[in-house]
Amino acid sequence: MADNMTELTRKTLVEIRGLLAARQVAAREAVQACLARIEATEPKVQALLHVDAEGALATAEAMDKIGPDTSKPLWGVPVIVKDVLTTKGLPTTCGSRMLENFVPPFDATAVAKLKDAGAIILAKANMDEFAMGSSTENSAYHPTRNPWDLGRVPGGSSGGSGACVAAGQAFAALGTDTGGSIRLPSSFCGGVGIKPTYGRVSRYGLVAYGSSLDQIGPMTRNVADAAPVLQAISGHDPRDSTSMDLPVPDYLAAVDSADGLKGLRIGMPKEYWGQGLDQEVETLCKQAMDTAKSLGAELVPVSLPHTEYAIATYYIIAMAEASSNLARFDGVRYGFRDKQAASLLDMYKQSRTKGFGDEVQRRIITGTYVLSSGYYDAYYRKAAQVRRLIRQDFEQAYSQCDVICGPACPTVAFPLGDKTADPLQMYLMDIFTISLNLAGLPGLSLPVGLGKDSGMPVGLQILGPAWGEDKILSVARSLEKTIEPLPEPRALA
Amino acid sequence: MKITPEIVAKMASLARLELSEDKVGLFAEQLGDVLAYMDKLGELDTSAVEPLYSPVDKPTPMREDTTVKEFSREDLLAGAPQTDGAFFIVPRIV
Repeated sequence: MADNMTELTRKTLVEIRGLLAARQVAAREAVQACLARIEATEPKVQALLHVDAEGALATAEAMDKIGPDTSKPLWGVPVIVKDVLTTKGLPTTCGSRMLENFVPPFDATAVAKLKDAGAIILAKANMDEFAMGSSTENSAYHPTRNPWDLGRVPGGSSGGSGACVAAGQAFAALGTDTGGSIRLPSSFCGGVGIKPTYGRVSRYGLVAYGSSLDQIGPMTRNVADAAPVLQAISGHDPRDSTSMDLPVPDYLAAVDSADGLKGLRIGMPKEYWGQGLDQEVETLCKQAMDTAKSLGAELVPVSLPHTEYAIATYYIIAMAEASSNLARFDGVRYGFRDKQAASLLDMYKQSRTKGFGDEVQRRIITGTYVLSSGYYDAYYRKAAQVRRLIRQDFEQAYSQCDVICGPACPTVAFPLGDKTADPLQMYLMDIFTISLNLAGLPGLSLPVGLGKDSGMPVGLQILGPAWGEDKILSVARSLEKTIEPLPEPRALA
Repeated sequence: MKITPEIVAKMASLARLELSEDKVGLFAEQLGDVLAYMDKLGELDTSAVEPLYSPVDKPTPMREDTTVKEFSREDLLAGAPQTDGAFFIVPRIV
């Protein structure tokens, strides 16, 4: 029985949804298989914060009674959601003590859309507190470990989502990406992660960190699995004024019809392929580019000249927005309150001081500083101006190419504790992902192999023009067909 | 500009945080490093560049200005640290 369950969790999302639709597997069986896998792997990876075994089984049983619904493309598929997205009746902590007991009365739109598509929400995934971090070591509860090497980080801030998918605990997860937080853990854990165009997926119910940067996206084990999840969560939502009222392309068709890259112009930014890359990252990403060439693509040299300013720009904007967004946690309406405080001001101060962790406090203070009188123009306005230059770089590059490729991260996953003492070193891990969030464009991380020395996964990033998710999915699927799939993560094998 | 512990303490106070002396010292050092890195932006002449505050470049869709009651009072009070069943309760102000 246990082996049979493990076999089920090895199926891809596309396979399991086929089996569910054909009633060859019951929704209850799929949920039970994932729960058994969670029980077996969670002591090692610690990817989750809350498992709703009872609720998921009850939902599955109710669905089995009625039977598969062909109008629901994810009918019966167990998925896991990053704990920064609100889930009605399920704890939503954002990886913080501040929200330890918070149970929201509503679903985030992306979660509601997943449920509408028939998915079953199985658990909430661990994350860096309020999505602030690149390693999932900043969770107030526990760090998550990389399923390929338990001594290494899974990446962040959606590290729980990346690790749970790689560990086979669910068939897909939702993550959020403010500066690379979907693509970095996907790269480190050997999965596929998509950061959609800003405005493609509603942010309603996403607890805001950097409002002009945050986007929700799918994290899966392969490209074809990402398409139906992205399809389900995309589209206009009147509750989010930044969600665009534009038609959503057929992502499944884009993946199904992917058959080579003939005539495709792939931009190779010199700033992404130069010094500072780990040898094994460079080797595997270059091999993938050779493959692209053999599939008919033309590799075009392009330049994104303001890349070196992206990290400074990003952290000014993100921290400024964070300091404003996190002002709502005041101990009055929800979240932690220090009950010893005698005055209102003292209650605010003590609740926030005791409820927020160090990285969150550090970013709030930095954000307060860059927005403060006398420094606003020097930092925030300046960063917003450089942000435009960064977007113009992409516009210029896309006049010469269809998509852009480069490594998702300069290194493979690093050891736990390696960068926690030096925030700036941690921030520098996001060098290749951050520009895309500033420009609001879509990007995908695709596993291209295991490093020869480290044995750790390496991710190639495929960047597209605005609203070009179908294009990057198609390119990724064409490449994926020629790359040997990764084996099971060895720390869990 | 050097970031002193006094500056960090002032920012903390504005942000409604109360940091220990040790943490103020540590944050001053780290914030100094981070801001020194951010000063890199000064290398660029942006005098003629319009700031980009949001990547949304299309008109924001508007919705009807109608009142919608989605949650009950009970739902909204359920997550509060202290209520009397009708209102949020906070320490006495006056």
